[in-house]
Amino acid sequence: MLEIRGLRASAGGNEILRGIDLSVNAGEVHAIMGPNGSGKSTLAQVLAGHPAYEVTGGQVTYMGQDLLEMEPEERAQAGVFLAFQYPVEIPGVSNAYFLRAAYNEIRKARGLEELDPMDFLDVLEEKLKVVEWGPEIMSRAVNSGFSGGETKRNEILQMAVLEPRLAVLDETDSGLDIDALRIVAGGVNRLRRPDNATIVVTHYQRLLNYIVPDYVHVLSAGRIVRSGGKELALELEARGYDWVEAPAGVA
Amino acid sequence: MSSPVETLVNNEYKYGFVTDIDADAAPRGLNEEIVRLISAKKGEPDWLLDWRLRAFRGWQKMSEPHSWPNIHYDPIDYQDIIYYSAPRTAKPLGSLDEVDPRLLETYTKLGIPLSEQKVLAGVAVDAIFDSVSVGTSYKARLLEEGIIFCSFGEAVREHPELVRTYLGSVVPSSDNFFAALNAAVFSDGSFVYVPKGVKCPMELSTYFRINAEGTGQFERTLIIADEGASVSYLEGCTAPRRDTNQLHAAVVELVALDRASIKYSTVQNWYAGDEKGVGGIYNFVTKRGKAQTGAKISWTQVETGSAITWKYPSVILQGDDSVGEFYSVAVVNGRQQADTGTKMIHMGRNTRSTIVSKGISAGQGQNSYRGQVRVLPRAHGARNYTQCDSMLIGNRCGAHTFPYIDVQNPTASLEHEASTSKIGEDQLFYCKQRGLNTENAISMIVNGFCKEVFKELPMEFAVEAQKLLGISLEGSVG
Ligand SMILES: Nc1ncnc2c1ncn2[C@@H]1O[C@H](COP(=O)(O)OP(=O)(O)OP(=O)(O)O)[C@@H](O)[C@H]1O
Ligand SMILES: [Mg+2]
Repeated sequence: MLEIRGLRASAGGNEILRGIDLSVNAGEVHAIMGPNGSGKSTLAQVLAGHPAYEVTGGQVTYMGQDLLEMEPEERAQAGVFLAFQYPVEIPGVSNAYFLRAAYNEIRKARGLEELDPMDFLDVLEEKLKVVEWGPEIMSRAVNSGFSGGETKRNEILQMAVLEPRLAVLDETDSGLDIDALRIVAGGVNRLRRPDNATIVVTHYQRLLNYIVPDYVHVLSAGRIVRSGGKELALELEARGYDWVEAPAGVA
Repeated sequence: MSSPVETLVNNEYKYGFVTDIDADAAPRGLNEEIVRLISAKKGEPDWLLDWRLRAFRGWQKMSEPHSWPNIHYDPIDYQDIIYYSAPRTAKPLGSLDEVDPRLLETYTKLGIPLSEQKVLAGVAVDAIFDSVSVGTSYKARLLEEGIIFCSFGEAVREHPELVRTYLGSVVPSSDNFFAALNAAVFSDGSFVYVPKGVKCPMELSTYFRINAEGTGQFERTLIIADEGASVSYLEGCTAPRRDTNQLHAAVVELVALDRASIKYSTVQNWYAGDEKGVGGIYNFVTKRGKAQTGAKISWTQVETGSAITWKYPSVILQGDDSVGEFYSVAVVNGRQQADTGTKMIHMGRNTRSTIVSKGISAGQGQNSYRGQVRVLPRAHGARNYTQCDSMLIGNRCGAHTFPYIDVQNPTASLEHEASTSKIGEDQLFYCKQRGLNTENAISMIVNGFCKEVFKELPMEFAVEAQKLLGISLEGSVG
């Protein structure tokens, strides 16, 4: 589904990603861990097409297409979803309105009919259950005055509605209380299907108790320095990052 | 790397067509003879002709305001304007069936459902085509309540005592250059009178439209809400595209007697000129209301059109406990310039005013908010809240704020909030990541920004305003 080869990217003149290789197949869950500033969010943003990052090398193939050639909205319409580490506020625009607009754009791209507000409400009602939320949240402006945890939960609600093929969750677990973590992780698990894939960026092995990954990768200074199964996360928890940061990893 | 919020404007004006109807026009130019001619054509009484002539003589001694507004244009040649043109229809019309079908077609093209749908929707429409009112619907229903809603000309004939009492009582003919010009040559307009204690059962609506080339448009609107009465009035404007600039100098006077309430909403999308700044309407308008004891006047405007906008819908809070409101969205794109805002003059005790202004600048547009809050010595306990937000799209546009505050009573309390923001790259990216293209994303963010104003508009108008905002910002992002 996703093939990343030798991906390099920089921002503000600094090289942040220094040659990433990663293959993700349908049905898989990959966890990406790594110290602060190692480039995890950058990787996520580059996959989504954020204009602040310049791709300086490598290729990314998604469902047979050259992902890097696509506009951000085309990527979204093709099923790439990024749950932001820091979701953005849109004052004055209700969550319901925003979600319906996004939902309809994605439906249009898939050749489906747009839903009117009433029909969309039915869809929404179902999806709200995924994150165990009542309808009140839908009339509030997108992420405006949301608590940190609420913004994260809102990202998962959006994911539930938009039904992506490839979801990249950037520290969606950070800032969640225990119950919210269980709800969010449960939501992600409910959305897992044989034909979609998930990349979870996290600092905490405890999330991986809920969302069990097929692979764990460690990112350090813009490179994947170690990959393994779910045990790798436990080992990292016990021994810290010094243990895997390859001495030769820094150019 | 090119910034996604760099600006390029290319928006075909959707309403650019000309209706082919013979106009009965006065010769070009302005002098006392023309003023007399206009008055005679309309069969006006002497007192009104005298009023016009006084205004004209005053106007001759005034000059165009060029120093203080933040707008730039070549002086207008007032001798090159036709001051009167009327569609050739023999006699006053009693019903819509008598209206020239081409006129009705024009309205249909404009998307104005003038006849039955509108009536069903509960809106009475008094449509102005060039200078003379051609159709007024739903009059009967209004008459049952004793409400008068007609063209200005008809009001002069049928209700001269009301017109004479209130004409110029809020905006005197000597008020300013454009108001004086309007007083001298005004062609027609709308008149509303709501009697004591009556709540107008429907929104009243007028659509203005400039047609014949080189015809200045000088309407005059007078709305009177008698004691305890209330009315909501909608004004919508479109104009066909033209290469010469057209002057639109209207005057609107609102009279709210004790405990009355008037809500006046405008959606203005006159032709804005092309991307080089050629053509477009000069919208130089004087709008003001006077609120007596416990009365309330509320202006809501969504200004997306015109090459240049110069208008300050204001409220004179004369009576104790009166309330004034001004909610505004002004959008400039391409080469548009807007200098708009309000004046709140607190004269009575415990008077309250609210100002919410949202300015959006795109392309090379220049947007100025100009607002004055005056608290006079007698206005104990006066309160004003002003919120003035600007949003910039791209790097070549400008937003300017000119607040004037004059407080002469120490018990007054004034609150002022202002902000300027650029549409953030992160906001835009967030929307795009959810599948919205740049234009839809901008339109959504901007609509959110204007929410506080849109919620003041009547439902139907709010939907239209949102669409308009989308159209006028089309192509504002490359
Ligand atoms: N837009 C940008 N401009 C300049 N530098 C950037 C930009 N984005 C990221 N960086 C830098 O790139 C490095 C990697 O940042 P990134 O956000 O990808 O780290 P991360 O692995 O997600 O860290 P964390 O665990 O703290 O979220 C950091 O040093 C950061 O300061
Ligand atoms: Mg990060």
